[in-house]
Amino acid sequence: MCVHHVSADLTIPSDLGEARLLETRIVDALGANSYSEHDIFAIRLAIEEALVNAIKHGNQFDPDKSVAVTFAVTCERFEIKIVDEGPGFNPEDVPDPTAIENIERACGRGLLLIRGFMSEVQYHGRGNIVTMCKLRTANGEA
Amino acid sequence: MASQPPRRRRLEVEDIGDIAVVNFVDKKILDEQNIQMIGDDLFRLVDELGRRKILLNFQNVEFMSSAALGKLIALHRKLQGVQGKLVLCKIAKDILDVFKITKLDKILTIVADEQTGLQSF
Repeated sequence: MCVHHVSADLTIPSDLGEARLLETRIVDALGANSYSEHDIFAIRLAIEEALVNAIKHGNQFDPDKSVAVTFAVTCERFEIKIVDEGPGFNPEDVPDPTAIENIERACGRGLLLIRGFMSEVQYHGRGNIVTMCKLRTANGEA
Repeated sequence: MASQPPRRRRLEVEDIGDIAVVNFVDKKILDEQNIQMIGDDLFRLVDELGRRKILLNFQNVEFMSSAALGKLIALHRKLQGVQGKLVLCKIAKDILDVFKITKLDKILTIVADEQTGLQSF
């Protein structure tokens, strides 16, 4: 049953432990709204990849920088906006990790997974802002 | 000088014939430090213990991010370099999607269950 609309606007330090606490909070909100295990996995993975990008690549773990997060869980969809204080990047400059010359590289798959698991993903500004949403899968759908 | 606390075990390794069957202790493979240690333990199987056939059983793993993929590719390459083989099995459907989206399912040998894995070397 979908009953608890949850939304929050908060700031976390450049600390992956804090990111994981936030992920747990969002997973709990999704569970309270009876999102499927598949949807929860997809959303959690996308948040993990995006927050690692923001904290590690954006803020470079700088304790003086933080990450602003706004999210909302409704019956129909999950939405999140993540803003870091880094220099940003152009997503089109990121090499395709599935290309034959990159397939065995150790890293660089975060963006691909975010796009693969979420319904919509957009980068804004200088590339330090990402918004993404996941439409809730109806019961019985894979 | 204070002694360091004992290192937490992250892998369960069982030898079946000449195949090292490896189970993950953790349900979530996320933290970079943790992934580094898992990688070190896996590489040690090849470099120090001379294992050439490794079957990674993912039955305990509920969540895994892209950070772990690099270690799996490195292990795959390392085993290829010594005429060995890496096989993955019992991967949950959602985690299997991680391999499919990244197309690593085309590079790595992934099978449904441990029995099939044991027969694929």
